[in-house]
Amino acid sequence: MIASPNGHQNGNVGAGDASYVRFENVQKSYDGESLVVKDLNLDIPRGEFLTMLGPSGSGKTTCLMMLAGFEPATHGEIFLNGHPINNLPPHKRGIGMVFQNYALFPHMTVAENLAYPLKVRGMSKVEIETRVKRALDMVELPRMAGRRPAQLSGGQQQRVAVARAVVFEPDLVLMDEPLGALDKQLREQMQYEVKHIQERLGVTVVYVTHDQTEALTMSDRVAVFNDGRIQQLSSPKDLYEAPTSSFVAKFIGENNVLSGRIASIEGDTCRVDLDGGGTVGAVPIAVQGIGSRTSLSIRPERVVLDPGPDVPNGLDGVILELIYLGDHIRVRMDVAGNDEFIVKIPNGAEMRPLERGARVRLGWRTRDCRALDPVG
Amino acid sequence: MTDTAMSGPASFADAGRVRDPSAAPLTTADGLPLKAALRRSQRRLRLQAVLLVLPLLLFIFVTFAIPIAMMMSRSVQNPEVSEFPPETAAVIDDWDGEGLPGEEVFAAMARDLATGQENNTVGRVTARINREIPGARGFMLGTAREAATLQPPYKEAMLAANKGWGNERYWRLLKRETRSITPAYYLLALDYEYDSNGAIVKRPANYQVYQPLFLRTAWMSLVITGLTILLGYPVAYLLASLPLRTSNLLMILVLLPFWTSLLVRTSAWIVLLQQQGVINDLLVFSGLLGDGSRLRMIYNQTGTIVAMTHVLLPFMILPLYSVMKTISPSYMRAARSLGASNFRAFVTVYLPMTIPGIAAGTLLVFILAVGYYITPALVGGDSGIFISNLIAENMRGTGAQVRLAAALSTLLLVGVLLFYWLFNKIVGVDRLKFG
Repeated sequence: MIASPNGHQNGNVGAGDASYVRFENVQKSYDGESLVVKDLNLDIPRGEFLTMLGPSGSGKTTCLMMLAGFEPATHGEIFLNGHPINNLPPHKRGIGMVFQNYALFPHMTVAENLAYPLKVRGMSKVEIETRVKRALDMVELPRMAGRRPAQLSGGQQQRVAVARAVVFEPDLVLMDEPLGALDKQLREQMQYEVKHIQERLGVTVVYVTHDQTEALTMSDRVAVFNDGRIQQLSSPKDLYEAPTSSFVAKFIGENNVLSGRIASIEGDTCRVDLDGGGTVGAVPIAVQGIGSRTSLSIRPERVVLDPGPDVPNGLDGVILELIYLGDHIRVRMDVAGNDEFIVKIPNGAEMRPLERGARVRLGWRTRDCRALDPVG
Repeated sequence: MTDTAMSGPASFADAGRVRDPSAAPLTTADGLPLKAALRRSQRRLRLQAVLLVLPLLLFIFVTFAIPIAMMMSRSVQNPEVSEFPPETAAVIDDWDGEGLPGEEVFAAMARDLATGQENNTVGRVTARINREIPGARGFMLGTAREAATLQPPYKEAMLAANKGWGNERYWRLLKRETRSITPAYYLLALDYEYDSNGAIVKRPANYQVYQPLFLRTAWMSLVITGLTILLGYPVAYLLASLPLRTSNLLMILVLLPFWTSLLVRTSAWIVLLQQQGVINDLLVFSGLLGDGSRLRMIYNQTGTIVAMTHVLLPFMILPLYSVMKTISPSYMRAARSLGASNFRAFVTVYLPMTIPGIAAGTLLVFILAVGYYITPALVGGDSGIFISNLIAENMRGTGAQVRLAAALSTLLLVGVLLFYWLFNKIVGVDRLKFG
């Protein structure tokens, strides 16, 4: 599928499956004064669904545009299936792409849109017809062939855009915030559909989004971008449960932060003196050593109220706010000087009544508390 | 605008309360039929809309619609002959045009000649008739002097006085020309005329002026429109793809010609293009051209095309720009990611999406060009003038020339409307985007 730029087989083609897409020391600057992408190294194996997640301006879309060929890399090399593609124009890369606003050609019908990449490749009329039909069946829009994009709903346009990106059977599909324009319910439904299509076709997908839920539900691996660098590259589960930096802990899911100073480190645990008073145990992940500052990260659902004797880290907190959410109750508390400390309590039968202003004991297991780089 | 009394009591009193649906027709709280109440409450809005456009409507009516109507009516008027012999005009229509007319026509002519002699109105009409029937002036004036002494039967008396009265062509001309409405000026405007027997024939080749000029005007306007597309499209594309700050600056350059007087711009082209002008000087100086073979680039078609393309370019760029501005770059990217080369993506995706802009620009530029006057007058010489230049020339002339000018203008107007109709058929005016 991928046109080889010089025709001969590259030596590291055998490594193709381990690193189908490879960014090597890639840097990108638009103005020559600041780097949007700083020294990116990334290997994406064939068939993986990789999400680039990050706030706007973090460099994730730029990476996608460099991979698609719309932006040249200022430095470094991008490999596709073992071949360097820096000098390969976009139309020769054979990469499917789904755009944020779908970019369906408004002057063509749905069928013409789908036929476009096939016609460009000089396929026969019959071949085009069967492929277009198959693609429309795949996205469950068999009756929409004659419609114009403007006559479709947002979700239908989205499906056509996905179908168009895969109809010419590329091995790699890029998606640039493709679900951003849909409402919440449709977005969730489309997440599964896109994921299922990817699994069925076995294509490699590089997906860009700023929506962490999307990233967690769809991806095999997630690359969290910030400030032009990948902050963490891991599975959704690790990303949530084992963030390696305060940024990732804060960006993915809800997170409680307590600031303090490392008092001691013993093996794979450490003691931290909190600024708000008290000493707790934590897992040292990104700490400089004894005496250095750190930010502790604890997920709200890992905090226990009225901990039993098996929970070592106990602190006192004052309940500031109670929000009833049906399946669980959100409790905002003032804990060790942090008045945004959130605790999620599952709505169980044995729950004791809580009151605003009440003083309660809370705690967590040492392995649920991660000592990360200090914030602010 | 104090009509609170009109809509006030009926409007909100019962809003939201659902009445028995079988009880037709619906009424408002105080028993007014709902439809009447709705009409009444909307009447104010309609009145407002009318009042808002009324001043402009009046202005257009007085300064635009009425003059055009007057011009069009003038193009068929035929006052010279029809005003003079009123009695003859009244009876000559009954004559079938074969042989000589009967006694009553001669009698009427005798009376007309007599009154004409008294009021001194014979001279003007004889001049007009003499143009087509040489010698008619002589016998008409001659008989007019004796008109008071003529005795019935007038037919014999007048034929005896001068055998010119026995010319059948004279009477047929009179029959035709005493009608107050004539197609003669339209015939002339299309290079046709009445021959001596009253049949419509093509004018001699060396008198054919207007038809070639109409064709040249249309042809050159098309060339100019084509050039503005060729030159304007890349500029509009550049403007649309640059960041706003830069594109605004460039847009000022595009609009700059609008802020300079048309005369100044056209004169600048004269300075540039004339044989002792800047461009020729440069070409001679650089050795590309011998001093003896300086190019003639002005006072001909080249001059008109160059200067008018420049003048009309903004009218093409602006609608193109406004369309291109709305085309997201992701369309081109999508086409390229799907495997189309830059050129193919442009032709199959970008170009079709800009058609509304091209069409709007074409309509604007072509219609403006067809009626252009100043620039061709200044730089067109003989071969580069437009139909409007001859219209203007005729406008300054005598009554007949003014009527010819009116006929030419009406034909031009019809041509433009025809173009618009055709354009609408092909492109669809509702798809155009002017800005």
